[in-house]
Amino acid sequence: MTTPLPKPKRKDPVKRTRKPTMPPGNRSREAQGLASMAARGRFALQTCADCGAVQYPPRQICRECLSGDLHWKDVDNGGTLLAETTLQHSNDLFFRDRLPWRLGVVRSDLDLSMVVHLAEDCVPGERVRLSIGLDRAGNAVMAARPEKPSSGEEDDLQLREMTFDPKNRRALIVDGKTELGLGFAKALLKRDARAIFVGVAQPWKASPYLDEIRKLEKVTIYDLDVTDTDSVEELAATIGDKVEIMINNSYHLRPGGLMDRFDINVAHDEMEIHYHGLMRLAGLFGPVMRSRGADGQHGAVAWLNVLSAYAMVNNPELGTYSASQAAALSLSQCLRAEMTHGGVRVVNAFLGPIEDEWHQLALPPKLDPIVTADRIIKGLERGQEDIPIGAVAEEIIERLSENPKEIERAIRL
Amino acid sequence: MAKRQGYEGVAVCVPVTVPYTRYSIKSAHWFCGRALAGLIKGAGIDKNEVDGMCVSSFTLAPDTAVGLTQHLGMSPRWLDHIPMGGASGGVALRRATRAIQAGDADIIACIGADTNHVDTFRQTVATFSQFANDAVYPYGSGGPNSSFAFLTDHYMTEFGAEREDFGRVCLAQRQNALPVAHAMMKRPLSMDEYLNARLIAEPLRLFDCVMPCAGAEAFLVMSIDRAKSLGLDYVEVMATIERHNAFPEDPVQYRAGWAVDVEDFYGQAGLGPEDIDLMQAYDDYPVICFMQIEDLGFCGKGDAARFVRERDLTAECGDFPFNTSGGQLSTGQAGAGGGYIGVVETLRQLTDQVQGHQVENARHGLAAFFGMINYDRGLCTSAIILKRADA
Amino acid sequence: MSKRRSNGLLNSLLGAITGGGVRVVDLTMTLDQKVPTIVLPPELGQSWPFRLEEISRYDHRGPNTYWNNMSCGEHTGTHFDAPIHWISGKDLPDNATDTIPPEMFLAHACVVDCTLEAEKDPDYLLTIQKVEEWEEENGKIPPRSWLVMRTDWSMKFDPVEYLNLDDTGAHTPGPHMDLVPWLIEERDVVGFGCEAVGTDAGQAQHFNIPFPCHHLMHGHGRFGLPALTNLDKLPPQGSLFITPPLKIRQGSGSPVRVLALVEE
Repeated sequence: MTTPLPKPKRKDPVKRTRKPTMPPGNRSREAQGLASMAARGRFALQTCADCGAVQYPPRQICRECLSGDLHWKDVDNGGTLLAETTLQHSNDLFFRDRLPWRLGVVRSDLDLSMVVHLAEDCVPGERVRLSIGLDRAGNAVMAARPEKPSSGEEDDLQLREMTFDPKNRRALIVDGKTELGLGFAKALLKRDARAIFVGVAQPWKASPYLDEIRKLEKVTIYDLDVTDTDSVEELAATIGDKVEIMINNSYHLRPGGLMDRFDINVAHDEMEIHYHGLMRLAGLFGPVMRSRGADGQHGAVAWLNVLSAYAMVNNPELGTYSASQAAALSLSQCLRAEMTHGGVRVVNAFLGPIEDEWHQLALPPKLDPIVTADRIIKGLERGQEDIPIGAVAEEIIERLSENPKEIERAIRL
Repeated sequence: MAKRQGYEGVAVCVPVTVPYTRYSIKSAHWFCGRALAGLIKGAGIDKNEVDGMCVSSFTLAPDTAVGLTQHLGMSPRWLDHIPMGGASGGVALRRATRAIQAGDADIIACIGADTNHVDTFRQTVATFSQFANDAVYPYGSGGPNSSFAFLTDHYMTEFGAEREDFGRVCLAQRQNALPVAHAMMKRPLSMDEYLNARLIAEPLRLFDCVMPCAGAEAFLVMSIDRAKSLGLDYVEVMATIERHNAFPEDPVQYRAGWAVDVEDFYGQAGLGPEDIDLMQAYDDYPVICFMQIEDLGFCGKGDAARFVRERDLTAECGDFPFNTSGGQLSTGQAGAGGGYIGVVETLRQLTDQVQGHQVENARHGLAAFFGMINYDRGLCTSAIILKRADA
Repeated sequence: MSKRRSNGLLNSLLGAITGGGVRVVDLTMTLDQKVPTIVLPPELGQSWPFRLEEISRYDHRGPNTYWNNMSCGEHTGTHFDAPIHWISGKDLPDNATDTIPPEMFLAHACVVDCTLEAEKDPDYLLTIQKVEEWEEENGKIPPRSWLVMRTDWSMKFDPVEYLNLDDTGAHTPGPHMDLVPWLIEERDVVGFGCEAVGTDAGQAQHFNIPFPCHHLMHGHGRFGLPALTNLDKLPPQGSLFITPPLKIRQGSGSPVRVLALVEE
């Protein structure tokens, strides 16, 4: 059984906060392919289109037939642990801060030997489950856990560096009074979050979901209007140094296109909330989160943006909304770059239409907000960087990678 | 396979060691230059008479052997740069021997040299190879410690070797190093100290790991006629092998290229393991010594632990004199220079120029080399047999 | 323009303001990000809330300057409603902030205290009867006066209480449907002022004539002056309101600094 995660203590005001350091980030272009698999939680390796040989470490030429045609394909993730070590010394500052560090050599069932970060419960000679995760610098790394999930395996301190586990962490849910917000609060509680801060704008507008959130334990509700710089600044000054997971659930959907519903004010509101709102949150909460990326075992770890799948391609039915989501997606990439050296990962969830009043006329399938929130937090827990939710989001990603012009012309989703 | 020609008529001479220091503010160029200076002084020749050069170094970048010719004011007609780390010395000797035989050069300086600035080692391991950058260094950044921890762990599990067995090698080598002036570690090592030393990367502890340092090892290769006319003590080459990326299908490395070529190796020399009077093995970690002892036929696979229990590895009175100057484990690892120790120390032993203990009545010396953990295993191996000139 | 010294009238006024006799009362809410704006169904067009973004504050963006960009809807905070604001006033002459004759921005005010009624009933509606009772006590409303409804509603600093919404809409006091035409036709008021977020009562959309204070006042070229405060500092009669909106071209209204001059 994995050693239980130590309970977070109140911060010792005399102790210097550990500065964030990054694990080595020097990767070849080929190896970056692993990162895009890890981002989606896939276990995929390069596979030769000509002879089928699977390759690792990543490369450009097939080691068997010298074909130059290698593609990322999902493969079996079983293996056997053949050798292990526990480092008591490292050449790198990141690992020096975290010694001892357990590593192994796993022989995968595809006859590839892999150097891996090793879960505490793995036993030499026994079967393991491989996964590709993202480390604190956002680079792909292999990890091995026992073949059968052990109880409390998410407590593994070492592998916790490669996930965004909410356990013992404090999260802020922005625009918490939607049904999705309620779902996030529940999903975080289910995973033993330490505290849940819920930001609420326009308090004069009642919400049954907020009423339910009020009944939950560990919840504190704060005024937070992302269109108001002062409001964001005020809350950042109040709880900014306690937010370890930011859940930017800002949401403002008004159906309509560009010419067919020409309305700068509506577009302005969407941009204020989705784009400038993200900017205000990032500008005011980001710096302190970034400085706390290595603050103990429960330091700041992730910034989650809840985006629409239409951030990736415009849905003309929701034309200006899609555009504001695309702006937020682009800004999130900037945020990701700026957050990286603090070890705080930026995660984007891409949602298809959800079951709410603004998607009344959208055709099914529509996502249940409570289930959706739980799936997003699960992705966070696993350390995914992109979390597509639902068939619509999955289809958009697939069609985009296949033919972006096709989906642009005939999105119909 | 085509029948290989012999190595007749070639002499290896003038062993040079540029004394080791833990850290140095000097460049690799400085260590190469001092090594060359030692070679021409030892041979009593002018720099211009050296018309061939072979260099191995990790820290010469951005230069290679090419830039070094201008640094050192040389105009060689034969130039080689061997980037095989710990396997470089045997390969350099092999290449140089053929060049002398073919008349491509008259006197070839073979130099393995590296400096060690304060952060050099970390930089070297952090940018070692594409596979290492992508798939090893990000995993704890232990450098070779973690790679050899895996090999050691796997070897111990597979063949039942104990830490004491590795300790025997380390203790004997320390014994051998005691009189060697440039050795970094000159205090006797007890089994207790060895077993209870600071943990580095389980199962490796402090004395299982080489200490990176700055320094150089070098020798000259020329025709026997030339060596004689210069009045130099020399040895002759009886056999050489090299092999790269052997046994890629082994899940974890427990043998290496020597095992592929061992028959050919002894066949060239017309000798067997029983004819070898002393052995220098590449020894950044003791487990690799075991593999060399096994793969070069001194015992069966997995039997090295028993072998070192039964044999005495000291130079002074051992029945299997092994790493007779103390090896890298006691003298330090001067980067690629460590890959030349095997040649230089065998040369010293077989020409009676030792700095430490002289092995009595040694006629045939074997040196083996191993290098370049490109990903999960060392890729390059080589080995040579040298014989005393008067033998 | 002839270079003429004051005839003394304005001098006396200034003297009274600075030396005593005339008090200046600020009837304006402070414009900040928390000032509530009217809440409408979300599918309708929405008014921007008041927002401020710093341009510089003696820093790298402007070493010797502090200033802000601000944005808001025309009907934010204490504001002036022009007749063009409502469809009923759209074709009237001089109906926008830039064309209303400036003398209209200075007018006498009558303040009817409905504090007790509003405290008992947030949906309280001011009736003709109540105003007639007020006139019996304070005298008839002079023509070209503001009729101002005091409720102390502006003392509700929590926006939730101030807007007072539930699932049947807002519950805030305002004029009775019958009062509005009476004020226009019988008393010729310049407009209607109050403390709530709009001049009409919270439930006014359900009246037979929805939003009468907007529909009828603006339809007759009269003005609105909602979100006033400090009405408790005014006498029932005898104060002079100064209410010039920003001169926005074809503006439907604007935030305004409302000042009252009160004789002591």
